[in-house]
Amino acid sequence: MNRRVILMLFCSWLAAAAAAASATDALDQLMAQLRQRQHGHVAFTELYISSVLDRPLASSGELFYDAPDRLEKRTTLPRPERMVLEKGQLTFERRHKQYHMALADVPQAAPFIEGIRATLAGDRPALERVFRISFDNSPDQWTLRLTPLDSHVAAEVAVVKIDGSSDVIKTVTVQMVNGDRSVTTLGAVLDP
Amino acid sequence: MRRRATSIFIWMALLVAAGWIVAHARFTADLSAFLPALPSPAQRALVDELREGVASRLILIDIDGGDRAQLALLSQGLATRLRANPAFTSVNNGRAASSESDQRFIFSHRYLLSEQVTAEHFTSAGLRAAISESIDSMASPAGFMARDLLRADPTGETLQVLAQLSPDSGPRSEGGVWVSADGSEALLVAQTRAAGGDTNGQEHAVGIIADEFGRLRASTMPAASTIRLRMTGPGVFAVRARGTIVHEAIRLSMLSSLLIATLLLMTYRSVRTLALGLLPVFSGALVGAAAVAMGFGVIHGVTLGFGVTLIGESVDYSIYLLIQARRGPAGSAAATWIASYWPTVRLGLLTSLCGFASLLPSAFPGLAQLGLYSMAGLLAAAAVTRFVLPALLPAQWAARPLSGLGLWLARGIDRLQRYRQLLWLLPLLATGVVYAHRDRLWSHDLAALSPVSAADQQFDARLRSNLGAPDVSDLIVISAADTERALGAAEAAGARLNGLVQSGELAGFDTPTRYLPSLALQRQRREALPTEAVLRDRLRAALEGLPLQATRLEPFVAAVEQARTDALVDPSALAGTSLASGVDALLAQRGDRVVALLPLHAPAVGAHPFAIDAARVTAALGEAPPGVSIAVLDLKHESDALYADYQKEAIRLSLLGLGVIVLLLLVALRSATRVVRVIAPLILAVLVVSAALILSRQQLTILHLIGLLLIVAVGSNYALFFDRRHPAADADERSTTLASLFIANLATVLGFGVLAFSTVPVLSALGMTVAPGAFAALIFSALMARPVAPS
Repeated sequence: MNRRVILMLFCSWLAAAAAAASATDALDQLMAQLRQRQHGHVAFTELYISSVLDRPLASSGELFYDAPDRLEKRTTLPRPERMVLEKGQLTFERRHKQYHMALADVPQAAPFIEGIRATLAGDRPALERVFRISFDNSPDQWTLRLTPLDSHVAAEVAVVKIDGSSDVIKTVTVQMVNGDRSVTTLGAVLDP
Repeated sequence: MRRRATSIFIWMALLVAAGWIVAHARFTADLSAFLPALPSPAQRALVDELREGVASRLILIDIDGGDRAQLALLSQGLATRLRANPAFTSVNNGRAASSESDQRFIFSHRYLLSEQVTAEHFTSAGLRAAISESIDSMASPAGFMARDLLRADPTGETLQVLAQLSPDSGPRSEGGVWVSADGSEALLVAQTRAAGGDTNGQEHAVGIIADEFGRLRASTMPAASTIRLRMTGPGVFAVRARGTIVHEAIRLSMLSSLLIATLLLMTYRSVRTLALGLLPVFSGALVGAAAVAMGFGVIHGVTLGFGVTLIGESVDYSIYLLIQARRGPAGSAAATWIASYWPTVRLGLLTSLCGFASLLPSAFPGLAQLGLYSMAGLLAAAAVTRFVLPALLPAQWAARPLSGLGLWLARGIDRLQRYRQLLWLLPLLATGVVYAHRDRLWSHDLAALSPVSAADQQFDARLRSNLGAPDVSDLIVISAADTERALGAAEAAGARLNGLVQSGELAGFDTPTRYLPSLALQRQRREALPTEAVLRDRLRAALEGLPLQATRLEPFVAAVEQARTDALVDPSALAGTSLASGVDALLAQRGDRVVALLPLHAPAVGAHPFAIDAARVTAALGEAPPGVSIAVLDLKHESDALYADYQKEAIRLSLLGLGVIVLLLLVALRSATRVVRVIAPLILAVLVVSAALILSRQQLTILHLIGLLLIVAVGSNYALFFDRRHPAADADERSTTLASLFIANLATVLGFGVLAFSTVPVLSALGMTVAPGAFAALIFSALMARPVAPS
């Protein structure tokens, strides 16, 4: 192996490292930007696309967020349902019955809930506890790809893709291993 | 001489027999001393619950002092070890309810267990409603189960059974284990195999928990010395109470023996006389315990505590002999004493016996034991004083004169007697105090008798609220000849209770049929399942317009077909699942009956929050089918009623005892005036002590009341001596009598006084009433006695 090749390899490694570092910096910047937000209240619509079903399931409702650790998803259609994540505790309410559990005890729920909560909170360490992160950044849009670390969860959920621009999350896509997919679109700000 | 030898021989033989009986006696310290011996049907249910019910078998465990990871690890480790131990029927620390074996069991028996399964549920319309709901829930963040289950269980029966079994409220959970509200303590609930009333079994279980925890901590985190485990629950209380009571009985007996022995040594100035003087006491204590063992089959720890009082009282007899005996015309000092003093002592003994005898018929077993113990003990002590001590005393023996003390006392009394007109003020003042506080004289809570300390009760309450397991206060008790009938009746009751839940009268209820439906209901559910052909037909119609093809649901069709011929679930099928512990908790064999329990949850809101109208529940339940009994039990109400019964009974018995004592004195003294003169100071002492207790903000319990009776029973001994003295009595005899009464009274006051410092409420109540009362009885008797004519 001659010197030139070694130099070339070294240069390309440097370039890759620099690119990675800038991506990291950009992610940290995004996280810092997201952390600024203290409250959020938006409408959402969700499509669940399943191979078992002939057509996508649509649901809609409202999302509430209070920094840094409270996220509430209130579904109104097709059936009322309420889910609150607060300080690591999950409350799920349906048909007048409440279920309480610790988020840590239901890792299957993490891709659907903790991914959004930690992203909104700009909490990179929390994200990295449950996911491997890859980050794409273009001038007016960014994408986070979150791959579950827990093997049980990874057997079900392939990847969570969060798209946004500046400090706003636009869509959250959960891609299941069996091909099913849920796409949540965050819409109008209801209550600044 | 031969008579002497005979009495000593009989005494020794009795002691040996009593010693043998006591050595083989069973000791207990559970609730039994406080529970009625012959309960009414409602009390029976209460007693059964307190002794054997689920609640009585729960041990609540709290681990704190470590970080969260340590606590979770210890909680899991301890739960695993305890589950493997046959002393526990179940151990719950947060994970059990969702274990894989449970989910497998529920999934494979879903059509028998689900409350949704009816013929209607499997019509086209029913199927359509259920399936579309399952489809909708797939999109939910909690929809992961619905997604997995859709093809085999599109009607959502597995989730329905899980919802049935999940409690309405539960403790917070973290790292897979239950934790306190602030997350700093790990919580576990263990259910013992031993009944709550089986104190030995409970002690064994408590010991296992402590040992396993100690070993687990030592092997997994030897450096974590701050981590500790605490337990609470009825069984733990009983174990601790037994320890406390036995410990206190020993400690207080030693203390009062020591104090009394010191007093007597200072009085007699002779170790031999002291030793002789204590013989009747120890004989009395032994015979008393043996009598209780024979009469009740078991000696309660509280009785031993009461026994402390006997030391102070039974020593009186020998004090009289050893101070009063002088050589006289009848020969030896002892013989002279017997001739001149014994009749008075005997009458005093009889009044004491009457007082204690009035406790014998009490439905409160603790009191009945106290009565028998004291009667046998006093009788033995007096008999030993009368028949054995004279035989043991040297022929030339005579009491050491105590004329100095006697003369001092005599002068003091003479001086005080000048003011005795003022005594008339005391009953007026005391009656005034009692009257002014008449509305809050009495404690109305059975817990007032509980030997559990307030700190322990608070810890218990805190742990219960953290566990979301408040005390069950209302429950329905269904009793039937067999499991099937009990479950059937519970299902019928459950259907009616659902109405009350809908109207807001109840927040909810538990029932064993959620875990184990009756065979009849399971059969009914199985018959509600359509045949394969019919199901396919209906599915086709049901799925019309839904985004699901019937072909996707082949696993469902197969599962229903399979379930139509599946074996029904009986109790043995539940073994190894956490459903079994649910059934164990709410369904129990009691004698030849099977009892199903349906605990009721009071609504937190509404017309009467946190309260359940037992009459309305009873009305809603309607008639019980033949052979089945249904009772709505309000445990708090029942236990308060039980206490009120005890209180009424104690008042009745105290008055009866007083009446019998008066009657006895009338017969013995043959003069109403003399009886009044004996009784008046005692009544005055009772009034003054009552007023003093009230003014010191004591809530009076049954034991205070019994203490008041004992003031009369014990105090009469002193009053009788003052009645005995006739004006012509010589000054020397008077001073000797006064000295002996003073010493005897001091011994009694010491005996009861030590008890007043007990941490066991029933013991301290008795002590703080009788100690000052006995002293007051002596003083008032002395002051109200006829003044000595100046000679």
